Amino acid sequence: MLIRRVLLGGVTVCIVSLIIFAGVEMLPGDACTQFLGEYQADEELLAQCRKDLDLNRPAIDRFAEWTQGAITGDLGLAADGTTKISTIVGDRLKNSLLLAFCAMAVGIPLALLLGVVSGLWRDRLPDIIASTLAIFAMTIPEFVSATLLILVLSVWLGWLPGIVLTSAAAPASEFFPEILLPVIVLSFVMCAHIMRMVRSSVIDVMASDYVQMATLKGVPYWQMVFRHALPNALLPAINVVALTIAWLLGGVVVIEVVFNYPGLGRLMIDSISDRNLPVVQSIALIVASVYVCVNLAADLLTMIANPKLRTMYMRK
Amino acid sequence: MTVSSTSHQQEHGRFMTVMKDILARPSGLIGLTLVLFHILLALLSPSIAPYDFKLQNSSLMLSPPSSEHWLGADHLGRDILSRTLMGGREALLVTGIATPLAVIWGGFIGILFGLVGGRVDEVLMRIVDAFLSLPWILKMLVLIVTFGTGIGVLIPTLTFFYGIPVIRVARAATHDIIARDFVWAAKARGHSRISIIWRELLPNVLDTLMVEGAMRWSWMLLAFSSLSFLGFGVSPPIPDWGLMISDARGFMSFAPWGVIAPVIGLSSLIIGINLSADALAKALGIDRAQKAPM
Repeated sequence: MLIRRVLLGGVTVCIVSLIIFAGVEMLPGDACTQFLGEYQADEELLAQCRKDLDLNRPAIDRFAEWTQGAITGDLGLAADGTTKISTIVGDRLKNSLLLAFCAMAVGIPLALLLGVVSGLWRDRLPDIIASTLAIFAMTIPEFVSATLLILVLSVWLGWLPGIVLTSAAAPASEFFPEILLPVIVLSFVMCAHIMRMVRSSVIDVMASDYVQMATLKGVPYWQMVFRHALPNALLPAINVVALTIAWLLGGVVVIEVVFNYPGLGRLMIDSISDRNLPVVQSIALIVASVYVCVNLAADLLTMIANPKLRTMYMRK
Repeated sequence: MTVSSTSHQQEHGRFMTVMKDILARPSGLIGLTLVLFHILLALLSPSIAPYDFKLQNSSLMLSPPSSEHWLGADHLGRDILSRTLMGGREALLVTGIATPLAVIWGGFIGILFGLVGGRVDEVLMRIVDAFLSLPWILKMLVLIVTFGTGIGVLIPTLTFFYGIPVIRVARAATHDIIARDFVWAAKARGHSRISIIWRELLPNVLDTLMVEGAMRWSWMLLAFSSLSFLGFGVSPPIPDWGLMISDARGFMSFAPWGVIAPVIGLSSLIIGINLSADALAKALGIDRAQKAPM
């Protein structure tokens, strides 16, 4: 079962790379028409460029070469034919990881706490406040909440810098305190999703037979909550956390644009606008692999942590 | 849960019960009111907007709210009130067409493959997984940058990509139902696949699909306004909240009204849709908290 899950993940990554490669192949224009711009009408130049960049070979060959390179960490050259993609992407990936890590460090503990509290005190004041805030956090577009936060915290109150001016290659420590506002927005949004999930599973578990049994046996309330209810209630949260991590590493384009943060998302959008397709391919592959790996890890973790699933799969 | 082969009258009666249930909840009442308000506004705003949305007046640039221009003017001297009133039209039009289409094609494929099962189903699910693992904005931007912006590109793009997660949901719901006796009975009676889908599966999966559709609608609206914000959605001078926020952001320190008006417009619509979706899910007995956007 474990092996099957890992294999399926591998298959998914293969299909993703195929989709990415085929998608880019099917788009009109290639690296050469983009590189030459208005000179592309010159047949000779175009042919020469295609020859230089190896675009004349059949797509299958280039796909094989590209995947081979990607496995060994060599992502090839950007559309200008000189810059190595791994250096461009490397810095941005580091910055995205930094942002994601800070957001997780704030968001996940907060989400678990709020979820448990509002689940235990269902329909009471703390739950109503937290749940209402969560709806706002989930529904209002990120660029709206980010813009409002910049307006209030940075323009009106002047507490935090509203925009990131540090260059992409700077070491992590230089991003403070500029990184704080994006971290606040991200953790606010991710907190809402996790919190709602935790809340509903706490409510489910608290209504279950074994919790009632423990209560009837006279187990003290808090001991019952911590020892019997929470371990089971927090299990389903693993999957949501995985989804949010994947989202943090791939989907925060809008936030990065709003705060001018030099992460993977902004590189992605810039590369798409510039038609720098080799870079787009690489980012897509990285993000998709992260998504698959994180989800796989979450599934395995749930399997290991949940005694019911564990024994079920062992027997199989 | 509906039972197959319900008559029209029962179907109608059930619709009324669900509506009553939605309206009995504060979230449903507020949500539906907001949504209806926005739909009416989108239909009527061209006739009630006080000024022409594209009329530029350089003497009014970034002017604060006044008795003539209640919400002030933007960086090109255009009336913000008129633009805010009309700012949801494009978004509602695009998502209003793309959402049902996405649910229909995703739902149909999901039910069909859930029913067929086997190898084909296995392969399809891997492709679906592969698509889901790519960030939505990347998938869409590549198409938009290639084929250009505008409704003609946005509607098919949104329909295609937002239908893919629906396949998964519809397939899972189908798997829940397919083992029931009435599906076996229909198979034993020798009904064709199409007839089983139409008469046995669809009525039972419909609840899930409706909730899914309501949630997809709000996510699609989020995606649409984010695209506009990034400059890949509607093209100026058509008023759109996302684009207005993006334009006014630079002048936020001395002209905050330009940001606040479209923020209220957009937020109230999205919150309205979400509250309605929540109430609908509760009325139909489907747990919405278990779902995260993809």
